[in-house]
Amino acid sequence: MISLQGITKRFGDHTVFHDIDLSLSQGEIIVIIGPSGTGKSTLLRCINFLEKPDAGRLQVGDLSVDTQRASRADILALRRRTAFVFQNYGLFANKTALENISEGMIVVDKLPKAKAHARAREILQRIGLAEKADAYPASLSGGQQQRVGIGRAMAANADVILFDEPTSSLDPQWVEEVLSLMKQLAVERQTMIVVTHEMQFAREVADRVVFMDEGGIVEQAPPEELFTAPKDERTRHFLRKILAPMGQPVP
Amino acid sequence: MLNLDYMWGLLPVLLRYLPLTLQMATIAMCFALILACLLAVVRVSKVPFFNGVALLFISFFRGTPLLVQLFLFYYGLPQLISALISITGVTAAVLGLTLHFSAYMAESIRAAIVGIDRSQTEAALSIGMTQSQLMRRIILPQATRVATPTLMNYFIDMIKATSLAFTLGVTELMGATQKEAAGSFLYLEAFLLVALIYWAVVEVLSWGQRRLEIYLNKAYQR
Ligand SMILES: Nc1ncnc2c1ncn2[C@@H]1O[C@H](COP(=O)(O)OP(=O)(O)OP(=O)(O)O)[C@@H](O)[C@H]1O
Ligand SMILES: [Mg+2]
Repeated sequence: MISLQGITKRFGDHTVFHDIDLSLSQGEIIVIIGPSGTGKSTLLRCINFLEKPDAGRLQVGDLSVDTQRASRADILALRRRTAFVFQNYGLFANKTALENISEGMIVVDKLPKAKAHARAREILQRIGLAEKADAYPASLSGGQQQRVGIGRAMAANADVILFDEPTSSLDPQWVEEVLSLMKQLAVERQTMIVVTHEMQFAREVADRVVFMDEGGIVEQAPPEELFTAPKDERTRHFLRKILAPMGQPVP
Repeated sequence: MLNLDYMWGLLPVLLRYLPLTLQMATIAMCFALILACLLAVVRVSKVPFFNGVALLFISFFRGTPLLVQLFLFYYGLPQLISALISITGVTAAVLGLTLHFSAYMAESIRAAIVGIDRSQTEAALSIGMTQSQLMRRIILPQATRVATPTLMNYFIDMIKATSLAFTLGVTELMGATQKEAAGSFLYLEAFLLVALIYWAVVEVLSWGQRRLEIYLNKAYQR
């Protein structure tokens, strides 16, 4: 169970969003969509405490944190339970694919190195990169790098994986392999929150689609409902703009 | 013309002082590296107060001539702090070289740290690493690789700069040459020879530096 209660974030006197509530049950997959600059990334970053929210509570599993009173230990615990997949991968350039995946298990979870490497090899197998274990990020394709990024998130054994536009920096030929890995995770009922512009992915995979616009969440519904019969004019407007050029049916 | 026999005979005499020159440079380099890393980390993480101290330190030691700093440590400070009255020329030279070069090296290390893209920092924090784990395991190893060629340059500069120690009465390579030349009046031969010795040392190091750079450029490419 993950829940956000009354999360507010400001940059200076610009309020990105105010008093956001959102909750997910175990194994639920949420896709967040919305225009550029409405705070989708910022919301994910608040959940992982890469940005400190200005108000609200975060609950992940049995850990409940008042964001205004969070101690260092709270923040580290919260981060270990919420893994992050970045748009531009953020792989450690001085570590091999295997080490990128095992790093958190060794340094944060304090697993013995041999055990962490064994687990990392299992993960490499699952993401289809077993033979790239000893490759450094610089020698991997964009798609492979992002799969390692996802592998690193899987290694955290987190309650939820947060994806911030995981395919947006990829050359088109690599998008599919990353999406299919995410679909595989979805089949395994990995809880996730995905910010993406891949509407087809949202339709197929999401249990619930959340539409964000200036200031917060406008509406949320299962994909078949949100994509065909959005309640809010802003949602309709956004969907028309983004779906029509792709030749997908518009509401 | 040049008295080659004199030069040939002087060579082994001068070479006996090369180890002291190299020792001073090596010891000063080790201390300077440690100090420079500390200064760079303080500057990057903007630790309040200490950041200001670091800025002032760097500004002073880059902003004044090394010779002035050496005289200050050797002749000046003992007048203020009587415990320093027994400071030897070698110690004062090593101290001066350390502080002077650490100021320059701190800025190169800082630039190398800042040059590592921010996404790696965020990724490390996102998986629950602490600031110091991030520094030790991700940032510093990469920054070291980036900064190494520049730091090698400073080491080469430092070897040449040890020659200033003779002004503090230290008989190192330059001091020994000065004494020999004053005895024989063959200034051209003596100083030409010492120039060739410095040059040879620097060439050997430059060769090592080029090899190292080729190796570093290949890093993380597999
Ligand atoms: N560190 C920051 N400092 C100041 N303002 C910021 C910062 N990060 C984001 N913002 C602002 O907050 C708002 C939300 O940004 P955010 O990146 O979360 O939007 P987004 O919905 O992810 O957009 P996109 O679809 O372009 O990624 C924007 O107006 C942005 O300019
Ligand atoms: Mg964004």
